[in-house]
Amino acid sequence: MKKEVAIIGVGQSSFVRGYEGSIRELAFEAFREAMQDAGLTQKEVDASIFCSAPEYDKQRSPAGVLAEYLGLIPQPTLYVETVCSSSSTGIRVAYGMIKSGLHDVVVVLGFQKMSEITSAESQERMGRGADIQWEAPFGTMMPAYYALYAQAYMAKHGLTHDDLMNVRIKSSTYGVINDRAVYRKPVKPEDFKQGDPEAKMAGPVAWPLRVGDCCANADGSSCIILANAEKAKAFSKKPVWVIGIGAASEAVNMAARPDFTKGLSVGYAAAAQAYKMAGVTAKEVKVAEVHDCFTIAEIMAYEGLGFASTGEGKQLIREKATYKEGRIPVNVDGGLLSKGHPIGATGGSQIRTIVLQLRGEAGAMQVAGEPDIGLVHNIGGVGLYGNVTILGRD
Amino acid sequence: MGFEKFGRKSFTAITKTAKFVDFLTEGKIKGTVCKDCRAKYFPPRADCAKCFSKNMDWFDMPERGKLETFTTAYYAPLGFEADPPYTMGVVDFGDGLKLFARLSKILKPEEVKVGMAVTVQPIKYDDGQISFEILKA
Repeated sequence: MKKEVAIIGVGQSSFVRGYEGSIRELAFEAFREAMQDAGLTQKEVDASIFCSAPEYDKQRSPAGVLAEYLGLIPQPTLYVETVCSSSSTGIRVAYGMIKSGLHDVVVVLGFQKMSEITSAESQERMGRGADIQWEAPFGTMMPAYYALYAQAYMAKHGLTHDDLMNVRIKSSTYGVINDRAVYRKPVKPEDFKQGDPEAKMAGPVAWPLRVGDCCANADGSSCIILANAEKAKAFSKKPVWVIGIGAASEAVNMAARPDFTKGLSVGYAAAAQAYKMAGVTAKEVKVAEVHDCFTIAEIMAYEGLGFASTGEGKQLIREKATYKEGRIPVNVDGGLLSKGHPIGATGGSQIRTIVLQLRGEAGAMQVAGEPDIGLVHNIGGVGLYGNVTILGRD
Repeated sequence: MGFEKFGRKSFTAITKTAKFVDFLTEGKIKGTVCKDCRAKYFPPRADCAKCFSKNMDWFDMPERGKLETFTTAYYAPLGFEADPPYTMGVVDFGDGLKLFARLSKILKPEEVKVGMAVTVQPIKYDDGQISFEILKA
């Protein structure tokens, strides 16, 4: 196992609708928890990286403002963006800085206060995360894009609406026990009953995706502190090592996508790189976080990561193999579907969950058997950016 | 200028491919083809990514393709609130050429199937915006 770059501190705010504070105060919540977790003071931090989708913020160039509020000046700071995978990309940049010897300890802070704007404005901005010249003029939005994948995939592979519903039901099982999640109510099959006005998850958003197939906007922050081996040994009793890191990009325009029945190409490409670097296979992963912005995305992620072959992801949910007690537990913190998806904070939140799992500190969500290898799959846009990070422990 | 007329609502006014909109008003849907290496592009590009040439020409898109996938939107982003429900999809013409557009409102939902034979034609909206849409072949 590569022991060159470690995670020595993790933190996350509660993910909420309508955070009662500014972005600097929201950022401080995750930062405080991560610094206390690592037992650091600011003078031991060499640089900071801030990650979000900038179109939600009124503050231009937030990195400097947030670094000041966190007490991380005069150290270097910068901003990183790959929409929904921004904080995974921040971790990738921090990895490079540490591995190169440029810095010893780097703070990666993801944040998003989506409630600064209305839901309709938010959808318009998300649509503009796609091709504004050739696609947004048709009235595109994120659920519609993922629905294009769902429609083709369901037609070819026999994935059903009940399978998608069961992804959401699994998610809610863990949302109920995650006190940082925005959606904490159990979800039952009745919630998806077509034609029942009481069934809150059943209404169409972008067919074949329904309300219950979509994650919710949220406000939140996450913080991951990375260090080189020497500092990790000095500061941390339980360092978690970044052993594999993969990233890829794909054409933004749907007209340039090769095959809608095969899921997101960036998921496959980033996974292959990360597995190769870590020297592990999918079978060795004991717990995973995948980017379930929509239920279909979780099924496609199973396949990109090699937990199932292409077209067979449905079997994992049918067999409950991705529950906490199953063969490969996935999103046992509720995932994006239950936690909510504060864009820039999401990747760091996923990393935090896996770090806690590997340390054996995940509480009610803890996977049995002392997991030693965990994986994070974080997608930006509609598979525009893909990031897979594999973590291991001593 | 000129590209602000494209689609239900355009987010781009100036592009070297704005002539696309002029062709649409003439009833033609065109992609670009590199004069040097013959690479074909849709949506149109002003620059060839394969050989770095800027010598691009226009070509007529094929008339028939198959519907690779589609979705019906029941909510819409800001600026499109009057439109739902509307259906959008991807047409595969073969030879690596695909196109994303809305499906015509004439099509009944039960008629629309993955793999169905389709064609594409320009459409002018009441407010003067111009676009193209997918119809049954």
